[in-house]
Amino acid sequence: MQIQESSKMYDVIIVGSGAGGGMATKVLADAGLKVAVVEAGPHFDPADPKQRTQLKWPYESPRRGASNRRPFGDFDSAYGGWEIEGEPYTQKDGTQFDWFRSRMLGGRTNHWGRISLRFGERDFKHKSYDGHGDDWPIGYEDVKPYYDKVDKLIGVFGTKENIENEPDGFFLPPPKPRLHELFYIKGARKSNIPVIPSRMSMLTKKINDDRGICFYCGQCSRACAVYADFSAGTCLIFPAQKNGGQVDLFVNAMVREVTTNDEGKATGVSYISKDDRKEYKLKGRIVVLAASACSSARILLNSKSAQHPNGLGNSSDMVGRYLHDSTGASRSAFIPDLMNRDTYNEDGVGGMHVYTPWWGDNKKLNFPRGYHIEVWGGLGMPSYGFGFNPNDLNRFFNQKVGGYGNSLRADIKKYYGSTIGMAGRGESIAMKDNYCEIDPTTVDEFGIPVLRFNYKWSEYEVNQAKHMNDTFEEIVHNIGGTMLQDAPSKESNYGLENPGRIIHEVGTTRMGSDPKTSVVNEFQQLHDVDNVFIVDAGPFVSQADKNPTWTILALSWRASDYIIEQLKQQNI
Amino acid sequence: MDRRDSLKSMFLGSLGTGLLLTGCDPNLGEKEVEIAKAAEDYFGRTPEELELIEKLQSEQFFREHEMDTLNVLCALILPANEEYGSATDAGVPEFLEFIVKDMPYLQTPIRGGLMWLDHTSNLEYDTEFKSTSEENQKAILDTIAFPDPEKPGWEQPVQLQFFSLMRNLTMTGYYTSEMGIKDLDYKGNQPNIWDGVPEEVLQKHGVSYDPEWIAKCVDQSQRGVTAEWDDDGNLLT
Ligand SMILES: Cc1cc2nc3c(=O)[nH]c(=O)nc-3n(C[C@H](O)[C@H](O)[C@H](O)COP(=O)(O)OP(=O)(O)OC[C@H]3O[C@@H](n4cnc5c(N)ncnc54)[C@H](O)[C@@H]3O)c2cc1C
Ligand code: SF4
Repeated sequence: MQIQESSKMYDVIIVGSGAGGGMATKVLADAGLKVAVVEAGPHFDPADPKQRTQLKWPYESPRRGASNRRPFGDFDSAYGGWEIEGEPYTQKDGTQFDWFRSRMLGGRTNHWGRISLRFGERDFKHKSYDGHGDDWPIGYEDVKPYYDKVDKLIGVFGTKENIENEPDGFFLPPPKPRLHELFYIKGARKSNIPVIPSRMSMLTKKINDDRGICFYCGQCSRACAVYADFSAGTCLIFPAQKNGGQVDLFVNAMVREVTTNDEGKATGVSYISKDDRKEYKLKGRIVVLAASACSSARILLNSKSAQHPNGLGNSSDMVGRYLHDSTGASRSAFIPDLMNRDTYNEDGVGGMHVYTPWWGDNKKLNFPRGYHIEVWGGLGMPSYGFGFNPNDLNRFFNQKVGGYGNSLRADIKKYYGSTIGMAGRGESIAMKDNYCEIDPTTVDEFGIPVLRFNYKWSEYEVNQAKHMNDTFEEIVHNIGGTMLQDAPSKESNYGLENPGRIIHEVGTTRMGSDPKTSVVNEFQQLHDVDNVFIVDAGPFVSQADKNPTWTILALSWRASDYIIEQLKQQNI
Repeated sequence: MDRRDSLKSMFLGSLGTGLLLTGCDPNLGEKEVEIAKAAEDYFGRTPEELELIEKLQSEQFFREHEMDTLNVLCALILPANEEYGSATDAGVPEFLEFIVKDMPYLQTPIRGGLMWLDHTSNLEYDTEFKSTSEENQKAILDTIAFPDPEKPGWEQPVQLQFFSLMRNLTMTGYYTSEMGIKDLDYKGNQPNIWDGVPEEVLQKHGVSYDPEWIAKCVDQSQRGVTAEWDDDGNLLT
């Protein structure tokens, strides 16, 4: 079979169109470079009536929004999930890593939670502080100017709080708390646990003429048709195109490898078109990988050549290593004071209006890193599952559970909006022995060897999960509530979720100044090959107790500026 | 300015983003009204998803007798009241027909459970469940509708598990239907301006807003004014 090679020479080929790829597209195209964006999934625009799920009613889905097909429910905008047909991944030695992938323009930013947190000073230098893991080769002061620019370009609401290691930014004003959030605040404050307004990327106020303003439908996971929340497609790639940028979008194009020449330099990428299942090649002066941390590692490991027998950029043997995800544990509770509610529209933004940043002193605890707490609850829109066990809560009042007839209507109304949930999202320690690698025995439907994961939690993460549960119980107790589940046992790791489950996987191509122990330099350029960059979460040295995406965006912008500078100086 | 007028001016403030007022609802901008319109065909399905739905809809799982029995059973679980129809009126049996094809593991428990109802009714009343009197039907349901709260679901006798499943699916089918959502009085899923919990609700539940907190929150009358900051990140507009 003949591989079709395009004669066009791009300045930059960007693989993947999520947070990292979207930002690189915007910055590089705005600088006048000729850019190709190669994306494995289809085109996606939430304003397209054919793709839109926002403001649909549950009965518009014959399965009423159930999550048996799309993993976060039928109206969630993710095309993908924990398993993708024809694209397996495997596990090693009985360990378990769950990998969430979305295949679509904009990647996982179409349906992410929009929790948009900066890493703090300590987060970049945590080894110096507690001896665990490694420090980043850069510090907060290097990234701060880019966080500032991301805030202003994309928009994030929040408040200036002056909390240590929780840097403030250029915030839009936050929405007022909902009723159950006021109860959460009350419960947390009683135990001296701080609660502050959320920091999320929905526009509560106008930032420019291209984007709409939030109209509080609470459905950001469905992607916003007026572009009032951040998605890489709607807020970065479309504006780059509109701006007159030279952006060629290749969708349904699955990159197999980065191609190289005799000197070992990258010459472009080869991909398989899902439309005709043929192989194609694109030529570019620079290749930017942004396929998400694990996918970019996979592409590097599959890009073997005489010059790079161990895979591209992998002379250190570090590609795939130090994979780490946030920790997570969650519980829910029944709050009797929230019973018998009057109804009103409290959809709000698509997510929590308040949250708890890390408040503890790890030097006094049996785990080295912190976590933040996310909160949910309220008078939400029913979907599949609503009304299950309609009067189970009767057991707290020694009343009959079960039955049938019109009394069930009364039960539903009595308990509607009376439960709240809390989730801890914490930092784990990056470890060399937690990794993804190529499974030599398995290929996907495109014939590309797949990833195999090996990942174990340590005592630290387990201890942290116990602390999360104790905290949830204390807060709920403070507001007269009852936990809905028994406290998870030690045998179940105190409810600690499988690695991968929190979908903050980072670290597979970590940055460092020593080419022997890291894959990219501080500008996210491969140590081994100077015209390949990685702008997803692969270069993260450590994860922090924050969600990763705001940092992916800031670092991608920083790396893109460096690329522009290096091209100007003709260094690459 | 009453609330309606102030909402109007909030949206007028966002003229620049194309949120023009339209004739039909003075509170909403054109863009919102347009996207609030019902689905074209389906709710944003990919071609593969659409194909699956069409395939499932072209098949029939429940036999006529089973459908008749479900019509009776769903209306017993959630009957009509003065204001709203029964679960059957709200289309729950049709929802069940789809969902068992989409979640095939539900098929045998439900089909078997319906057989159990007929068998029990035949034994006790010499006729199938759907044809016996409502009093007799309820007498049968009374034996399976109250699980032992001390035991987990999977340890309950199978006919109790069947009824719990039917109650769950009936309730969820009803409350995700147009009728059920009205009955619940859910007020969202439409463009609006969130400006906090109504004062009377705060009072009813014994909580209040912290003035210091609220001072930092969005001033909805300024939402259409482009954000500008000083160098320290203080919002100026
Ligand atoms: C439900 C959910 C909630 C989340 N909530 C938050 C949150 O609140 N805050 C936060 O900070 N983060 C959150 N995240 C995580 C966030 O989505 C990711 O950190 C972010 O999207 C990662 O950006 P990325 O560019 O690295 O990868 P992605 O967004 O995953 O984009 C990668 C793109 O590359 C494409 N691709 C992959 N392989 C190839 C290939 N071989 N060839 C071509 N293209 C390829 C993919 O199709 C995809 O479009 C959440 C994630 C999920 C799923
Ligand atoms: S909550 Fe706001 S930003 Fe999110 S989808 Fe709805 S309108 Fe858009």
